[in-house]
Amino acid sequence: MPENEHNDPLPGKSSITAWIDARLPVFSLIRKEYGQFPMPKNLNWMWCLGGIAGVMVLIMIATGLTLALHYTANTENAFASVEAIMRDVDQGWMIRTLHMTGASFLFAAVYIHIFRGMYYGSYKNPRELVWGLGMVIFMIMTATAFTGYTLPWSQMSGWAATVVTDLFSAIPVIGDDLVLFIRGGYMVGDPTLKRFFVMHIILPFVMIGVIALHVWAVHKARPNNPLGIDPKGPQDTIPFHPYYTIRDLFALSVFLIPYIAVTFFAPHVLTHPEHFMPFDPLITPGHLVPEWYLVPFYAILRSVTFDIGIPGTGIVLIDAKLGGVLAMLGAFAVLFALPWLDTHPVKSARFRPYYRGALMLFVAAFILLGVSGTHTPEGLWLWVGQACTAYYFAFFLIVLPLLSRFEKTLPLPLPVSIHRPLILLTGLLILAFPVKPAHADLERGYQVFRQSCAACHSLEFVRFRDLEDAGFALETSEDQKPFPFPYPDKDTAMALNNGAIPPDLSLITKARHGGPEYIRDLLGGYYASPPDQDMLTQGQYWNTAMRGHVIAMVPPLADGIISYEDGAPETVSQYAKDVADFLTWAAAPYETPQKQAGLKGLLFLLVFSIILYQAKKTLR
Amino acid sequence: MTDRPKQPSRRNFLFLTAGAMGTVGAGMAALPLIRAMGPSRTERAAAPLEVDLSPIAPGQAITVFWRGKPIFIRHRTEEEIARARDVDPATLRDPQSDSERVHKDAWLIVIGVCTHFGCIPRGQKPADRKGDYGGWFCSCHGSHFDISGRIRKGPAPKNLSVPDYVFIDEDRIKLG
Ligand code: FES
Repeated sequence: MPENEHNDPLPGKSSITAWIDARLPVFSLIRKEYGQFPMPKNLNWMWCLGGIAGVMVLIMIATGLTLALHYTANTENAFASVEAIMRDVDQGWMIRTLHMTGASFLFAAVYIHIFRGMYYGSYKNPRELVWGLGMVIFMIMTATAFTGYTLPWSQMSGWAATVVTDLFSAIPVIGDDLVLFIRGGYMVGDPTLKRFFVMHIILPFVMIGVIALHVWAVHKARPNNPLGIDPKGPQDTIPFHPYYTIRDLFALSVFLIPYIAVTFFAPHVLTHPEHFMPFDPLITPGHLVPEWYLVPFYAILRSVTFDIGIPGTGIVLIDAKLGGVLAMLGAFAVLFALPWLDTHPVKSARFRPYYRGALMLFVAAFILLGVSGTHTPEGLWLWVGQACTAYYFAFFLIVLPLLSRFEKTLPLPLPVSIHRPLILLTGLLILAFPVKPAHADLERGYQVFRQSCAACHSLEFVRFRDLEDAGFALETSEDQKPFPFPYPDKDTAMALNNGAIPPDLSLITKARHGGPEYIRDLLGGYYASPPDQDMLTQGQYWNTAMRGHVIAMVPPLADGIISYEDGAPETVSQYAKDVADFLTWAAAPYETPQKQAGLKGLLFLLVFSIILYQAKKTLR
Repeated sequence: MTDRPKQPSRRNFLFLTAGAMGTVGAGMAALPLIRAMGPSRTERAAAPLEVDLSPIAPGQAITVFWRGKPIFIRHRTEEEIARARDVDPATLRDPQSDSERVHKDAWLIVIGVCTHFGCIPRGQKPADRKGDYGGWFCSCHGSHFDISGRIRKGPAPKNLSVPDYVFIDEDRIKLG
């Protein structure tokens, strides 16, 4: 950097800033690195994602620390404490959902950021360390996301913790001891949860440190640009402020729109019903998947279904289990090695048609891995996963080295400033407000619950005050549970119910595939006559909505058993609909303020984006 | 840069608006975080507490917990009541007559938290040091409270405060 650009005195400085600056040059640093810092003129919208990811990290830390103030890291109370955050802490539902969907949006930003680096060759000399530090950040982020996933101690959490810690048992000789050490016990449990909680808090701060190094390295090497040819002088650059400050801010504002929309209107599109069941160490859910952003790597792990040995001898060198773990580690390792695998002197894919094709195929394979990872690894999906895994490694280990030697590039232009209009996908979600049941309907559902369900089922997380807030007439608004567990203990509950404990219904509409419709179908599903009476043993019933069609719950409803005062039909299907509405309310009593807050946020961001866009236009 | 003529003032206006909106927006976004740090609804929802006074003999005291705080309940003797009445409120640091502080003369009910920096004064158990005025003594920094819970000596600025309570019948009270 030419010296004269930042050695002139601070303009308009007050004596206090000058005094501080002389001793600790923070102000000149900011001015140098974010004020006058010469940026290539021709950056496109993909260059905004790094800054956006940084802001998302800050949002995650701010919301995460607030959650940590209320979270309890022990297996006994973790699930309930998360539910208490949703229901009892002021704005707790907002902070939790911001944190939950924030992880997805952070990863989305980071994936686009990584793709941009690959497409425009931002990992090549002199930016190898920029890339390497970026990958370190990605690793830390992955570990942070995984440990965070385990904290609610739901079925998904506990089993994710089990499976991932068990990966280490694939390591020969020391594997089993290592698993024991990592878990702090023979099975995942209290010690595991506590250490994961500590990791989940510490890692983001380690990450901030590495992010600082990453940014430092970018500023030393100078940002790359879509041409991959470094600016030759001032004619190719513009100062960071105000050009890129205003543009990054605009991009951030637009990025936040879908984030807010998902958080406030569809917070659970990215979660599974298993997130709403407390961890049960004796029952593994049938459907176990990581969050979408880690599924591709999970699919690589699962694609190794064969032992690797010396052909014809039956000697197994690497069994399938170890092979899978090695493949997954390898998938990360080749990313680190990228700068030395692709040594072609031309950076930008714009001038490398073969590289561009291979890279796009790589992106397609990565996405396909993500899709196949959500299916059971059998038949076609196993084959797809294996083919994509093969290409994943071939891309790095075969295609890139070969292209580095043989690819002829398109003629390179002189570095001239090209203004590319900002292309932005403002993909607004269609925000259909689900029709809220009127209070009278909830009142009926509450009646059905009281008179029928409550005999066997609890509503552990609902308090009197929740009912009162929702407009139910009650004498008391105490911190008490109107529907506690209706049996003295679990054994009694089992003995009285043909061996099945009636589940708590606080979260039932979220904890079952199909949600409220499933509840409705289940309650109305009794009356099909069993095709095979012999399938049922004593105390079992035939239910068309139940998986396997056999249920231990006595049919709870019959036409006319509950008398409505408002003249609504007294039929099983009406009862079932009403109680499903009531249980939907009980699963998220904070839904109305949630939608209202979301609407305000969206409105704000829309106006803010428009103003920033106008401001940005004045700079052209 | 090729500024069109009217651009600078329009630009300044837009930059200022954007800056103001950004600042306000960030502030609004921080509000929920701050609110969430306050007590949760479970903390705030303190159910009223009923206490049966009948087992407490004159001269005895018990401590109950309500809203996480110790509540001192003392069954005062005739002599103690007389002592509490025998003070001219005007001479006190926090002037209050004894009758303002009780619903029934025999029962003194105060929050057992020192008004200085929040320690729990001693004096509930017979063996405790009760201070120079025969009520309670806070050993943290040496505050003496009399048998009406009033500050008489030492650094505490206020009398021990009286919680909200009512007598439901002869010997039962309800706190809150
Ligand atoms: S806290 Fe009681 S005297 Fe200081």
